[in-house]
Amino acid sequence: MRERQQKAPEIKKAYESWKRNKYAKALEACAFPRAFTTVSGRKIKELYTPADLPRFDFFRDLNFPGEYPFTRGIHPTMHRGRLWTMRQFSGFGTAEDTNKRYKYLLAHGQTGLSVAFHLPTLMGIDSDYPLAKGEVGRCGVAIDSLADMEVLFSGLPLDKITTSMTINAPAAILWAMYIAVAEKQGVSPKVISGTIQNDILKEYIAQKTFVFPPRPSMKLIVDTFEYGAKEVPRWNTISISGYHIREAGATAVQELAFTLRDGIEYVIWGLERGLAIDEFAPRLSYFFNSHNDFFEEIAKFRAARKIWAEVMRDRFGARDPRSWWLRFHTQTSGVSLVAQQPYNNVVRVAIQALAAVLGGTQSLHTNSLDETYALPSEDAVTIALRTQQILAHESGVANTIDPLGGSYFIEALTRDMERDAKDYIRKIDDMGGMVRAIELGFPQKEIADSAYWYQKAVDAKEKIIVGVNAFEMEHEPIPLLEIDEAVAGQQLARLRSVKKNRELAVVKRTLADLKKAARDDQNLMPYLLKCVKTYATLGEIMDALKDIYGEYEEPVTF
Amino acid sequence: MPEKKIRVLIAKPGLDGHDRGAKVICRALRDAGMEVIYTGLRRTPEEIVSAAIQEDADLIGLSILSGAHPILFPRIIKLLKEKGAEDIPVIAGGIIPEKDVPRMKKLGIREIFLPGTSTQDIVGWIREQIEKGEKKR
Repeated sequence: MRERQQKAPEIKKAYESWKRNKYAKALEACAFPRAFTTVSGRKIKELYTPADLPRFDFFRDLNFPGEYPFTRGIHPTMHRGRLWTMRQFSGFGTAEDTNKRYKYLLAHGQTGLSVAFHLPTLMGIDSDYPLAKGEVGRCGVAIDSLADMEVLFSGLPLDKITTSMTINAPAAILWAMYIAVAEKQGVSPKVISGTIQNDILKEYIAQKTFVFPPRPSMKLIVDTFEYGAKEVPRWNTISISGYHIREAGATAVQELAFTLRDGIEYVIWGLERGLAIDEFAPRLSYFFNSHNDFFEEIAKFRAARKIWAEVMRDRFGARDPRSWWLRFHTQTSGVSLVAQQPYNNVVRVAIQALAAVLGGTQSLHTNSLDETYALPSEDAVTIALRTQQILAHESGVANTIDPLGGSYFIEALTRDMERDAKDYIRKIDDMGGMVRAIELGFPQKEIADSAYWYQKAVDAKEKIIVGVNAFEMEHEPIPLLEIDEAVAGQQLARLRSVKKNRELAVVKRTLADLKKAARDDQNLMPYLLKCVKTYATLGEIMDALKDIYGEYEEPVTF
Repeated sequence: MPEKKIRVLIAKPGLDGHDRGAKVICRALRDAGMEVIYTGLRRTPEEIVSAAIQEDADLIGLSILSGAHPILFPRIIKLLKEKGAEDIPVIAGGIIPEKDVPRMKKLGIREIFLPGTSTQDIVGWIREQIEKGEKKR
């Protein structure tokens, strides 16, 4: 590396001469008026050389896997020691339907569960609320009470499998239900493992399944940090998510910056509660998108690890190296898939999944080819899972750690993205933090601008999407998963029977205790556990909390 | 007299919070010289119909990605009829399976723009339809 640095001025001169005399002339003859930019609009040079990395330092910028700043990966062995977890996000219809799909996926080599709840659950309402009409079981599995959760995990040993739950505003309640199911199986909360997404900041920024205003929402999240550190020590109490930020239209750098700044915000709130940094930071995990632009995504994952390690060690003074690790799940980009010639989506997913693997992900969801139309069919989800298995076992890409490390291009791109993300992070610090930035509408506006820029580039054919604005052709419709119309009826029947068979006085008492605890600003987890065990419904518990915390109304802008 | 601007209400029925498409359409229509009113998220059919009438909208654009369109679209069309506002054309976009399109159109949704439609196509369609409607009146 030192040799390379000494030669840098010499190489720079030679490069400039090559560019002027050889490349530029040859390019003129090509008459190829293409803009060489990433999917995020970042300009990419024709060639990268040591001259692009004049100050590059192996130990400071790269180092070994498992060594600070973890650019090459958080573990010394990475995918040689253990492959990433193949975790397909799934849920639809009733708890019985989804339980069957989980058993199918596990039988076919999936290694962890990931629960998709239907929209009423995500919004903290029951299936019999007027707003739930038409939504029951459609975008995920319907869960109204502990009774549904018991069915969802029946026959699935919670001491052996790990479960990720994509749930945010009501995350603490669904987590309480999971803990209660484990206890019923005779499994101690001390040994269960998994993740709740529990990341409310990105809901205000991007996905919009918020319920309470930001500040009480943050309080609930810190409750889970505090409770988890003591009582459920193997649980990841948050999955700080860039995924939805990216899907809403953010560029790669905006995804990186806003997500890490969200992470910083959670740490600040945890510290304000009086938690010790090394007590809760090791349980923070991340969730990123993997989009089409192959190298930009790999650089993003590497930059994320490096920035987080620095933030945790230097900004927050964490001492436990596990607090410095940015562990992350990846999902391939839903928004990059297209309805036209849908079988091509298999190729897109494979490229995105490869970027995630080369970027050092800990777990991965690959999207199914039919997801621009509906929730995936069993055949489509099998191809998506097989894509991961082919990458893991046939392609050879997991044989060595960080195979692109040292590439002039990748290292320059990693450095540039780190720099640009830090600029954003500083800007949000100056605003007074992420909660304040959200109240000011800052990240929301940045993302909407990027989304509109991209749509205009596609409309103008500056960005080509195969099958959409180029290479179009007619194609046959593909078979889709249909949600049985009977689902809503079955779900409502179970909800009625749950309400009939429980002790209403006990339900009312625990709900009143919960409200009192919320008023007194206590940690709500023990109270939520008591509520769910009485079969109080999700809607009832959320309504009790709405009485205390109010509801968030988003300012309407575009 | 200056030409009257086309007024469009972009509405999000359903529980999903996916507003990327709705916001892009709002901006594209505004940049094309139309007046755009955006309802924000999770509006009931009742709220959407009364907003369209109150705002004197020339057209309603619905964006939904939750799969609840088979329940919510008929309700919106029915309410428009009940309020005597069935002359306001309704268009839709989002995640709507192709096989649902004929049923939705039969019901009275004038056009459904599936994923991949360019914003120019939507702008062009709206101009053409509103002009046609004006002539009829």
